[in-house]
Amino acid sequence: MAPPKIESGSAGPLDGFFRGFKAGFASVFQLVLFGTFVSIGSLAHDLGFSAPWVVLSTLIVWAAPAQVIMITALGAGAPPLEVAIAVSLSAVRLLPMVVSLLPIIRSERTRPPGLILAAHFTAVSMWIETLRLAPTRPRSERVAFANGIGASFLATSILATILGHYLAAVLPKVLVAALLFLTPMSFMTSVTRNSRMLSDRVAFVAGLVLGPLLVFYKVGLDLLWTGLLGGTAAYLFYRLRKGMR
Amino acid sequence: MTLRELAPYLILIFAGFLPHEAWRWVGIVLSRGLDETSEVVVWVRAVAIAILAGVVAKIVVFSPGALAGVPLWVRLSAAAAGMLAFFLARQSILVGVAAGTGCLLLAELVLGR
Repeated sequence: MAPPKIESGSAGPLDGFFRGFKAGFASVFQLVLFGTFVSIGSLAHDLGFSAPWVVLSTLIVWAAPAQVIMITALGAGAPPLEVAIAVSLSAVRLLPMVVSLLPIIRSERTRPPGLILAAHFTAVSMWIETLRLAPTRPRSERVAFANGIGASFLATSILATILGHYLAAVLPKVLVAALLFLTPMSFMTSVTRNSRMLSDRVAFVAGLVLGPLLVFYKVGLDLLWTGLLGGTAAYLFYRLRKGMR
Repeated sequence: MTLRELAPYLILIFAGFLPHEAWRWVGIVLSRGLDETSEVVVWVRAVAIAILAGVVAKIVVFSPGALAGVPLWVRLSAAAAGMLAFFLARQSILVGVAAGTGCLLLAELVLGR
């Protein structure tokens, strides 16, 4: 495949930002994010969190998996320290994304605030779209472009969060149940789609089985054990298979 | 604002924002180096995926809020139907989510609740 053509002509950061913002709105991820965050808004409402609280969580946490872990765990009365550890473990996956994204968008003149913002916007959706589109822009414009994509995704997600929180209050119970069901469905499908390695897929199945099982047997800190046992078993399985080849 | 009103926001910052954002900051620092296929990253990603899968399964099996009113067998069948549709439609997220949620709604309407 030929590398994407790099457009010439220098543009200011503001120009790059709006280009990114527009590109973000044309992305298929808009629809996925909309559904996911409507679901998160209604989940928060159902578990007794206020609209400003869940909107703030979308703004500053900006990662649907972490938000669902946080909202369900806090809502079920889990100790905040366990929630913090589970949220943190779910966020480690962002580290390699940030590490692989920044070298592509940064230039010698990039200043820290722009990079910190781009790192904050980094989530699966923004990462995929920026990796795909940023290389078509001149390097000097890329950080602003990436932040434009991130801002458009965040804007949609915040509106969806508010809408979901509101809908959970007014819709009939059957429809609220359907909204809540969007969360497991969208995670099951998107994680399956994004798992490239054997260890990812085994970990997913292990988590599906272990999660409810540990709750059923009333094991404390069930999320952490699910992650450590399921994840480590999946990793060892992957190593074993790799070793045999 | 009283401390009682402020408490959920403090918990959001200390149990949500900081433990999450820290990894993005570490990413900025490490952004020269660290390979996506290094062994530590593979293991950590597996742990994170298992946690996420555990959360998903818990939502379906021990449902929170309004979803708890839907019988367990309906939730499990709808999830299975959604995944089946997802694979049949060449891993289309949209088709999978729509099919799973649609089945849940349909079952609830047929059961007349």
